[in-house]
Amino acid sequence: MNRDQSAVADEQPLASAEPIADPILEVDHLIMNYRTKDGPVSAVQDVSFSVGRGESLGLVGESGCGKTSIALSLMRLLPDNAEVQNGKIILDGENILDLDDEAMRQTRWDDIAMVFQGAMNSWNPVYRVGDQIREAIDLHWDVKPTVVEANARIAELFELVGLDPSMADRYPHEFSGGMKQRAVIAMALSCDPKVIIADEPTTALDVIVQEQVLEELRSIQHEFGMSIIYISHDIAVIAEITDHLGVMYAGKLVEHGETADVFARPRHPYAWLLLSSTPSVTGPKLQLSPLEGEPPNLVNPPTGCRFHPRCPFATDQCSAEEPPMEEIAPGHTVACWNHEQVPEMETSRA
Amino acid sequence: MTDIVESVEKPVDPSTRVKVDHLKKYFPISKSMFRRADDFVHAVDDVSFEIKAGRSLGLVGESGCGKTTTGRILVKLEEASEGSVQIRDQAIDEMVEITEITSKGDRKDFRKNVQMIFQDPYESMNPRRTVYDAVAEPLVVQKIGSTPDREKRVVELLTLVGLTPAESYLFRYPHELSGGQRQRVAIARALVMNPSFVVADEPTSMLDVSIRISIMQLMSDLADELGVTYLYITHDLAVARYMCNRIAVMYLGKIVELAPTEELLANPMHPYTRALLSAVPVPDPSYDRPDVEILGGVSKAINPEAVCRFIERCPFAEDKCRELDHPPLDDRAEEHFVACHLVTPDGTWTGAERAELDLRS
Repeated sequence: MNRDQSAVADEQPLASAEPIADPILEVDHLIMNYRTKDGPVSAVQDVSFSVGRGESLGLVGESGCGKTSIALSLMRLLPDNAEVQNGKIILDGENILDLDDEAMRQTRWDDIAMVFQGAMNSWNPVYRVGDQIREAIDLHWDVKPTVVEANARIAELFELVGLDPSMADRYPHEFSGGMKQRAVIAMALSCDPKVIIADEPTTALDVIVQEQVLEELRSIQHEFGMSIIYISHDIAVIAEITDHLGVMYAGKLVEHGETADVFARPRHPYAWLLLSSTPSVTGPKLQLSPLEGEPPNLVNPPTGCRFHPRCPFATDQCSAEEPPMEEIAPGHTVACWNHEQVPEMETSRA
Repeated sequence: MTDIVESVEKPVDPSTRVKVDHLKKYFPISKSMFRRADDFVHAVDDVSFEIKAGRSLGLVGESGCGKTTTGRILVKLEEASEGSVQIRDQAIDEMVEITEITSKGDRKDFRKNVQMIFQDPYESMNPRRTVYDAVAEPLVVQKIGSTPDREKRVVELLTLVGLTPAESYLFRYPHELSGGQRQRVAIARALVMNPSFVVADEPTSMLDVSIRISIMQLMSDLADELGVTYLYITHDLAVARYMCNRIAVMYLGKIVELAPTEELLANPMHPYTRALLSAVPVPDPSYDRPDVEILGGVSKAINPEAVCRFIERCPFAEDKCRELDHPPLDDRAEEHFVACHLVTPDGTWTGAERAELDLRS
């Protein structure tokens, strides 16, 4: 989409929703399957999105919708039975799917790092936390740093994530859950990656600690202009920390746009139902609408739109033809034949 | 024999269904196998509350605050160290002191009246037993009804929890069900004896958002239909808002604030409740979050001192908070109980200035 100076600017009052001019990461028509004894599971089906430098993108959806599969594809850490059938993952101008294993090993952590789901339980209990972070630094820095250099870097990282640098000499059992999670984030930052993928980074934490960790991530993102992809089932968390939002359903990206736009006017019925069924402690107590049915089995996904069996607005067309991603407002795309039928949100939750 | 196999609508009983008084649970920490323990974790420390019939109380707090231990004592999965728990037995319509139940027969009667729904539907079901086995088990243990009666009752319950047609679910195994369906089976099993009181420990926290709402609605509908009284244990205040008439906020074994749900959200008085509320994620990108006013101190659960439990993390603590004992849970407004030295009897805050916390706008 080329922007043509002033004439177009008049037609597109939402100036902030420009296409991302210089994306750090572009995922282009990614298709990924898992081979199982029941047949191939189509876990990621033709997903495209991009992330700008210094931006954050949230991916939300139910368990099994493919959000973690996308993350593992980006890290190229997929299990043996997974296969990327089509698509490109362009990280800073380079398609990482073309890299050989050694080059990918260098790219991982150096350019793209991941905070895994439940990572706080992945510390090795018999090594000091600082030593475990130093291992990553030793392996990935171009010139292997001296112990003093590495320790200085670890102290710097600990301060960045709000931990006392002296904690680096402690063992994991001496850390609380929130502190372990902060240390995991410090490790992900250790090689100055361009992109961080945070897969449910705060799911196991209590709300107050969760708020503190999210605050930390937000300030790191702004300070270093890092790009972060947040993956979460918790749409309230996504609302707080992301600039852009992608809603996934059954392996497909069904709606994508600026977080504020998607929350204000969700146009895909699934996104609309997801938002209408999220309880909040603020604002008036709204009636919550449940989403009927269960997510489909991806060995044999529904024909046409994958959401049509559960969709209150489904028509014959929905079961026959797959809806394409269509731009309905600048920077706001949705894959639904009947997006005009989707009602406005009951009231804004301001 | 078969008369309980029937879900008739009961009139809502205005009397108290559950009464907990000065409940305490101390877990000993033994330094060695042969030495008596000197140190105790005060998991539940002097907790009192009441639940009226057909109402639900939410027990909210962070992990380790004692909310689950309280729930487990109420269903007798854990014995109280001190204090009294009375639950009305609907068969005799009398309050029964459950801490005094010891005999096997009394326990059996108790379980007809009180049931629990667990957090994780993936772990709470035996993978080798069918849905029918799971739901009918309480009837078998209690020797109620003939096999056809039991089958009829199980089908009735599965229909009630929305697993229809029930016949097609009877002989499925847990691995053939989704998380939401499993939790429905767990609810059916808890309700098969027609209990009057159910403890629900985070019944929706393992479920996806979209499934969560339908389970929450199912539980509320059943409460209305069958007059079930709930103790609803959760860490999520937004869920508690939709499930509970009243909310009790726990911190380190103590209830620090107890009020009707909307009153608690509109007018939180205890510094901990306020911190908790201001930290809850809000599904609104334009939401302007107030500061979360809490310190990072570590509070002691092992042999705690007599002073306010929240003192290490309270940014407002004054000298009197360090001198006086932990404040009692006192009435500060209509039905609104708070345990804080800095709140006056009429509910006015006397501590240092706090951040604006306007959640109702």
